[in-house]
Amino acid sequence: MNHGKSDPASPPANSYRQMPDSRGHFGDYGGRYVAETLMPLVLELEREYRKAQADPAFQREFDDLLEHYVGRPSPLYHAERLSEALGGAQVWFKRDELNHTGAHKINNCIGQILLAIRMGKTRIIAETGAGQHGVATATVCARFGLPCVIYMGAEDVQRQSPNVFRMKLLGAEVVPVTSGRGTLKDAMNEGLRDWVANVHDTFYIIGTAAGPHPYPELVRDFQSVIGKEARAQMQDRIGRLPDLLVAAIGGGSNALGLFHPFLDDPDVKMLGVEAAGHGLDGDEHAASLLGGFPGVLHGNKTYLLQDEDGQITEGHSISAGLDYPGIGPEHAWLKDTGRVEYTAITDEEALEAFQLLCRTEGIIPALEPSHAIAAVAKRAKDMPKDSVILANLCGRGDKDIFTVAERLGVEI
Amino acid sequence: MTRLSNAFAKPHPALVTFITAGDGDTAANLDALVEGGADVIELGMPFTDPMADGPAIQQANIRSLGKGTTTADVLRIATEFRQRHAQVPLVLMGYANPMVRRGPEWFATAASDAGVDGVICVDVPPEEDDALGPALRDAGIAPIRLATPTTDDKRLPAVVEGSEGFLYYVAVAGITGMQQAAIESIEANVARIKGATEIPVAVGFGVRTPEQAGAIARVADGVVVGSALVELVAEHGNDAPGRLRELTAALAGAVRGAR
Repeated sequence: MNHGKSDPASPPANSYRQMPDSRGHFGDYGGRYVAETLMPLVLELEREYRKAQADPAFQREFDDLLEHYVGRPSPLYHAERLSEALGGAQVWFKRDELNHTGAHKINNCIGQILLAIRMGKTRIIAETGAGQHGVATATVCARFGLPCVIYMGAEDVQRQSPNVFRMKLLGAEVVPVTSGRGTLKDAMNEGLRDWVANVHDTFYIIGTAAGPHPYPELVRDFQSVIGKEARAQMQDRIGRLPDLLVAAIGGGSNALGLFHPFLDDPDVKMLGVEAAGHGLDGDEHAASLLGGFPGVLHGNKTYLLQDEDGQITEGHSISAGLDYPGIGPEHAWLKDTGRVEYTAITDEEALEAFQLLCRTEGIIPALEPSHAIAAVAKRAKDMPKDSVILANLCGRGDKDIFTVAERLGVEI
Repeated sequence: MTRLSNAFAKPHPALVTFITAGDGDTAANLDALVEGGADVIELGMPFTDPMADGPAIQQANIRSLGKGTTTADVLRIATEFRQRHAQVPLVLMGYANPMVRRGPEWFATAASDAGVDGVICVDVPPEEDDALGPALRDAGIAPIRLATPTTDDKRLPAVVEGSEGFLYYVAVAGITGMQQAAIESIEANVARIKGATEIPVAVGFGVRTPEQAGAIARVADGVVVGSALVELVAEHGNDAPGRLRELTAALAGAVRGAR
């Protein structure tokens, strides 16, 4: 597999795949809004990433781990019974929920820990919300024998105790974060505080395509394996590209991973699905693009949930993985250019889609891709039967059964 | 001469003191710092996500925002301070998002109208200067940059270039209010920075006691104290001004007696 911008073909002059620019900007967004202490480190990370991109040995090791440890390529699956139930377009899924650790997160963690090792870093930190990125990070740390500290909001530690136990089994130290309101964004603040105090030996594995440059770019590149495989698999199975790509968006890494290799295919439309929570009318949603405004947080300029004074507000979603008040800067740029369309799905709609997929396909999806499935259900109906939708099934639902049971009024 | 350059032209090193706007009786607290002998005042703009700050200043941000402090309140505190203290330099310190929310030009003009002399923005490094720097300079406000132990000789020129008023040397690679750096390391780094710029160098992070402040004042142009003062506000609430005056006077005495 080739890496980064050169695959599947060199981008043409006015390509959507040439971002970011040399300063790490995606149009007005992105950049490196970090404290001076961290600047030399993010510059060093960029230098090291450029070297890794050009190093066949790095690519080989990444590809080898993805194949034999993660289980890639993930299957491309034609969901015939779901398609029939929806009565319109043919729905296909990229099965990234079948990866080791049950979600797309591991793709990025493999790439970043290889970079950390190249840079001689001996300690890994990460933030996590629901625990998926924490588990994936703890997994690669165990695999490479590096100590690992995971920052997690104190309330999430309570709510997600199975994932906390998984991380501990894998040898990670889980630090409950009580500063601020003890949520995912506070866990990220605490990760940055740790990093700034331990820059000499510590690598911060950021879980989504956000943060200071080069994180949004390198996370996207590591996740682009999803779209590259899907592109080849689609050609192989049906001899053409899909008409519409759909993916859920919290920070946006699984969506970028799927979309990016298709950005220069003008006939492929794309739909990013944010979490509308209780609805976009009120304050209880996590739709940064549709309900937020541009601003600066956690190292990048992007759309944020914030008040008129620039104070960050809390996101809400039934899905803890979408519950973040920001979004990767490349999505902010893709929204403004109009290349990708963005929509939002409520908690209720996601719950219905979750159950629909369980019953029609025998797949229990995570609540994050349930948002994508709900959007697929809305669109498929109005599309011809020979049209093709490809959605990213980015995580499995085992972690969510307690949340779903509670919402359905079932005691387990 | 500006208010900031006057403060650093005094025959003694400058004592720079920080408190958070909207935490406790801010006007009375600021007056106490001036009465105690502070040469420069840093007024913290509260932010929900103060990722470079330790627990003391995090809590101050939470207390302030919990009371409903707005950007308009911060600017009003600055305006009233300027009416009471015509000559004491006032610097706003905080994070980018509240500063750029209505556009950098809006913020720079409003800060200038409020009598603010300088702005320290923690998360706008030289690479992102466009986000705030030009607007501040156009409004006659000094953008005060930070240098740190990780700022190597290669990037130091970019950091000092475009910094005005003074340069803030962050003595510790870490967050505010934690451990103090070794004085030898501070001395070596201040000398290194002064080799690259004419502007004064003030040293902060981890400075809590008059003894520490005095030791740093022997090797730098200014000493910044924040968390130790903010903790007094946390502990004593509306009775904080007396305590702030006391600690500031002790710090000022140590700084002035240093050289």
